[in-house]
Amino acid sequence: MSDLDDVVKEFLVESHENLDRLDRELVALEKDPTSRETLGSIFRTIHTIKGTCGFLGFGKLESVAHVGENLLSRLRDGHLSLDAERTSALLAMVDAVRTMLSSIESSGTDGEQEYKTLIETLSRLQEKKAAAEVPPATTATLSAGTGSAPPEAEPAAAAAAASAGVTETTIRVDVGLLDKLMNLVGELVLARNQILQLTGSQKDPTLLGTTQRLNLITSELQEGVMKTRMQPIGNVWSRFPRVVRDLAISCGKKVRIEMEGNETDLDRTIIEAIKDPLTHLVRNSVDHGIETPDVRTKNRKPAEGRLLLRAYHEGGQVIIDIVDDGGGIDPEKVKRKAVERGLITPAQAQRMGDRDAVNLIFLPGFSTAERVSNISGRGVGMDVVKTNIEKIGGSIDIQSKPNEGTTVKIKIPLTLAIIPALIVTCAGDKYAIPQVSLLELLRLEGEHARKGIEFIHGTPVYRLRGRLLPLVSLSRELGLSDGTFPSANAHGECEAVNIVVLQADDRTFGLVVDGINDTEEIVVKPLGKQLRAITVYAGATIRGDGRVALILDVMGIAQRGGVISESRERTPQELEAEAENTQTTVHTLLLCSAGDKRRFAIPLSHVARLEEIQTSDVESAGGIEAVQYRGQIMPLIRLSSFLGCESAPDGDLLQVVVYSRGDRSIGLVVESILDIVEETLAVRGRAFRRGMIGTAVVQGKATELIDIESVISSIDPTFLGECAAVAVGP
Amino acid sequence: MTRQSQYCTFQLGPLFLGVEVAKVQEVIRHQQITRVPLAPPEMRGLVNLRGQIVMAIDLRRRFEMPDRAATQLPTNVVLRTDDGAVSLLVDEIGDVLTVAEDLFEPSPETLRGIARELVRGVYKLRSQLLLILDTEKVMQIPAQATVRTH
Repeated sequence: MSDLDDVVKEFLVESHENLDRLDRELVALEKDPTSRETLGSIFRTIHTIKGTCGFLGFGKLESVAHVGENLLSRLRDGHLSLDAERTSALLAMVDAVRTMLSSIESSGTDGEQEYKTLIETLSRLQEKKAAAEVPPATTATLSAGTGSAPPEAEPAAAAAAASAGVTETTIRVDVGLLDKLMNLVGELVLARNQILQLTGSQKDPTLLGTTQRLNLITSELQEGVMKTRMQPIGNVWSRFPRVVRDLAISCGKKVRIEMEGNETDLDRTIIEAIKDPLTHLVRNSVDHGIETPDVRTKNRKPAEGRLLLRAYHEGGQVIIDIVDDGGGIDPEKVKRKAVERGLITPAQAQRMGDRDAVNLIFLPGFSTAERVSNISGRGVGMDVVKTNIEKIGGSIDIQSKPNEGTTVKIKIPLTLAIIPALIVTCAGDKYAIPQVSLLELLRLEGEHARKGIEFIHGTPVYRLRGRLLPLVSLSRELGLSDGTFPSANAHGECEAVNIVVLQADDRTFGLVVDGINDTEEIVVKPLGKQLRAITVYAGATIRGDGRVALILDVMGIAQRGGVISESRERTPQELEAEAENTQTTVHTLLLCSAGDKRRFAIPLSHVARLEEIQTSDVESAGGIEAVQYRGQIMPLIRLSSFLGCESAPDGDLLQVVVYSRGDRSIGLVVESILDIVEETLAVRGRAFRRGMIGTAVVQGKATELIDIESVISSIDPTFLGECAAVAVGP
Repeated sequence: MTRQSQYCTFQLGPLFLGVEVAKVQEVIRHQQITRVPLAPPEMRGLVNLRGQIVMAIDLRRRFEMPDRAATQLPTNVVLRTDDGAVSLLVDEIGDVLTVAEDLFEPSPETLRGIARELVRGVYKLRSQLLLILDTEKVMQIPAQATVRTH
C-alpha cells in the first residue's frame, strides 16, 4: 500500500466504510422495499464510488458500479420494485466492488477478474422485469430513453451537502497514534499516582491545590483518550444482517435480525477481540438454533425466526446478549453427547442440573449438531469462543429453554488497558486484584478470627451468611508460607484475618491475605514469555511508588487453590445463592425424594451440608449405620425406612443431608436431591405421622415437609438434648 | 588486520564474562526488585525500567553459584531480546572491550556442568580469559515442576 498515493488511500478507506453501510442498508431495504430514503442513501453511496473510481481510472470497478447504479436509480424512481433476486444481485455487486477494492489495496489495480455475468445480470434485472412489472410501459421506455443523468445530479448534490456537515466535525486519526497516546496517558496516570502519594504528607496549600488539579485533569484526559479509542459495537454488528441473510437462505430458514444498543461503546482492542466469537455465535444461532419454517409452524411459532442482538452497560461492564427464539438446547441430549464423548461420567450427568448441562457445550471437543454443516458444528467452536472471551477478561453463559430459544450472555470489560484493582499485601509484597472479580471484603478480628474459620478435614472454610465459603490462603498458594493456616496465626497470637471474597467463573471463594490496602487504577502490562506459564498472574503494573506489583489472575488462583475442579460441578450452596438473590421473606427449601417418588422438603436453614458418601464407606456401629465424617462417627438415618416406604437399592453413592448441632452431625440419607427452591410456605395438610410438619405445595406439587428434629430425636433422643446441654453449659 | 568484536564485560564471582555490545540495551545500577513467587529461583523478579517492566535473571543463580552477600548490590545488564528487554544481575560491570577474533576459541571439552551450557567460547586476553555468554541459553531457564502445596 506504500506506493499508493493519498487520494487512493482516502478513497479505499471511505469506500470500505460505505460498503459496510451498503450491506446493512440493502438488507433493511429488502424488508421495506418502499423506503425511498434508504434507496436514496444506497444510490448515493454507489454513485460516489463510481464517480471517484472513474476519476482515478479504475475502469472495471467503474463499469460494475455503473450498472448497479442504473438499477438502483430505477428502483429509487419507483420504476422497479426490489425483490429477493434484485437484492441478491445488488449484494453480489457490493461483493465484487469489495474484491476489486482489496485488489487495488494490494496491487494497485482493480484485478484480473471479469464481471461479465454480474454486469449482465444487473442489466437484465433492470430491463426485462421493468417492462413486466411497471404497468405503463411508456413510462419505462421514456425514462430508459432519457437516461440516468438528470436524476443523478440532484441526489449527488444532496449527498455533498449532507456530508459537508460531517467532515467538518470529524477527522481520521491513525490508530497507532491513538495507541501511543493511550500508553502515554497510562504513564501519566502512574506519575499522577506517585505525586499524589508524595503530597499526601505535605502541608503546602498551593502544592495540594495544584496536585488536586493535576489529579482531575489527568482523570479527564484519561477518560477522553479512552473515548477516542472507543467504537460503537454497531461497527461489528453492521455485517451481521448480511451474514444472517446469506446463512438463512442457504439453510432454507427465515430469520429476522434485530439489534439493540448499536451505539454501546467498547474499546477498539475489545471490538477486535469479540468480532470472531460474536460471528460464530450468530452463525450458530441461525444454523442450529432457529428451526426451519415448517418445524416452526408445527411448533406454533411464527415461520420467521427472530435473532436479537442486544448490548448495554451494566456495572462497568458491557453485556452482549444473543437471543434466538429457536429450538433451544436439549439438556438431556447435551448430557448424552458429553457422556458419549467421555467428557463427563454418567454419574455426573445424572446429578447435573439443566443449566450446567447446557454449559457443557463449552467443553473442548463438543458438538451437538446432528449433521455437520459447512458453517458450524465441527466441535471446534464454542470452546474457542469461550477461551477468546475469557482471554479479554469476559465471561459467557448460556441459558436455554427447549422450544423457546437460547440466550447467550457475554460480559466483557470496557477496556483492557487501565483497570481498577484492589491492592493487597501478602508476605510483605503488594499484589493487585482486578476489581471485576471482587465481591466483598471481610475482616475477622480477635475472637472471631480464631473461631470464625473452621476446618473440614484440614480445609479451611468460613460461614458467610449461612453458606460455606471455601478459603484459599494467598501466601500458601504462592509458596510463601509453609501452609499453616490462617497465616496470621503464625506468630502465635491471633491477628485479624483479612478475606477478599472473589468470584471465579461461577464460584465464590475467600482469598486470605495479610493486609488489604486500597483500590487503585492500574495500567496492565503483560508479563514476559518466561512468566506467562505461571497461571496465577494476569500481568504486572507499576505502582505509585515506582515499584512493580504483580496482578493476580483470579481464575488461576482459584484453579491452583482447587476451588474450581475439572468437572465444574456446582454445590447446592451456590444454587441456593442464586435462588437467594431475590428476597428474604420466603423459606429456602431443599427438595429431595425418597422411596416411591415422594417429594420431601427440608428447610435449608437446618441443613449444614449436602454430602455424597460412598456406599462402601458405610459402617455399622451399635446397630446403626454410620460413616466417618470430619473425624467423627456420623450416624445415618435412611429417610425411606424411617417413613416406612419402599426404598430403591443403593447406588455407588449415597446422597446425605447433613444436620449439625454443636460439633455433632447426623446424616439423613435420601434417594436424590431434586432442587433448592424458595417458597412462601403454606402448610396445607396437618401432619398425620411422626417426623412431618405437614404437606405444602412446592413447585406445583404436593410435598411433605420434614420435621428434622423429630426425625432425629426418634432415632437418637440424646442427640438434641446433649447438644442443648452443651450449648447452655459453661 | 583481523576482525574485531566489542564486548560489554562484567564480573560474576571468579568469572570474567562478556556479552556482545549490540545485545546490551543499557546498564543500570541496582533497582528495587519485586519477587515473583512460583517462578524459578533464577528469576529474581521484576524491575521497573522507566515504565517498562523487565524480568531480572540472577546470573549467579543461573551459574549455580552461591548468592552474593546481602550488602553487595548487583548491577543490571539489560539485554534486548525478541521478547522484550531482560535484565541480568551481575556482580560488577567492567569496560567495553574490543577484542580480536583470532583470540577466540570454543570452550574446552573438559568444561563441565552449567558453564559448558552457558559459555559459548573464550577470548584469550593477555591478563585473563574472557568468557562469552550464550545469552539465548541464559534465557532458557528450565521450567520447574512447581510444587503444589496440596
